[in-house]
Amino acid sequence: MSHAAESPDTLVVERVFAHPPEKLWRALTESPLLAQWMMSNDFEPVVGRRFRFRTEPVSHWSGVVDCEVLVVDPQRRLSYSWGVGESEAGLQWVVLWTLTPAEGGTHVRMEQSGFRPEQKANYQGAKYGWQKFFSGLERVAEGLE
Amino acid sequence: MVLHVKTAHASHVFRALADPTRRALFEELTRQGEQTVHALTRYAGVSQPAVSKHLTVLKRAKLVRHRREGRETHYRAQPDALAPMVDWLRVYGAFWRDRFDQLEALLERMK
Repeated sequence: MSHAAESPDTLVVERVFAHPPEKLWRALTESPLLAQWMMSNDFEPVVGRRFRFRTEPVSHWSGVVDCEVLVVDPQRRLSYSWGVGESEAGLQWVVLWTLTPAEGGTHVRMEQSGFRPEQKANYQGAKYGWQKFFSGLERVAEGLE
Repeated sequence: MVLHVKTAHASHVFRALADPTRRALFEELTRQGEQTVHALTRYAGVSQPAVSKHLTVLKRAKLVRHRREGRETHYRAQPDALAPMVDWLRVYGAFWRDRFDQLEALLERMK
């Protein structure tokens, strides 16, 4: 299941896997394993480490995602920035993985949120929330194809 | 998997809407239809120069259009410009669901 959480700048995908957190953590943080389900990468679970995910280039995009490790909390939380595109035209998000032991396995939550850090601060202090905007956006989106 | 969501235009749209006042102005325009800068200033509760500045950013992102009539400038929303935002939710929603499936398959293969 995926849904836009309380705001359209946050995408949440959650699932319970019938595997222990240790195994999930390996899949999320060991580069060769990560490559098997995400994309080829030079990831290392070290805060501050800059790395890249690479996929097939397409027109207008090199297929590169520029990342930096933000949080490494073994078997619990992993976070990295997620940047697509060059500087001015680029878009930046933060990906946060949260692992929670669940009955018969592990609950995995992936949250991708944006936009830029300074804008994030702005958004958190906002009295006019995204939530309200999102209901409007949904209405508008219905009118788009 | 294409993850760039037509960035050149998308970045303008995302940034324009990252600001709560601009978001409020944009929504007010989608709700009420065309409005003058004066009306929008009353609505936003900030100074008119501030409102004008916000409207310029929205205009650059093609989220609003304006026309002049006498001494008043009228603005209206261009909701079609929201497409990159809708694309983002759609593109990344599909991307992560697909990755979760692949993760599940990998976990089965792992010892």
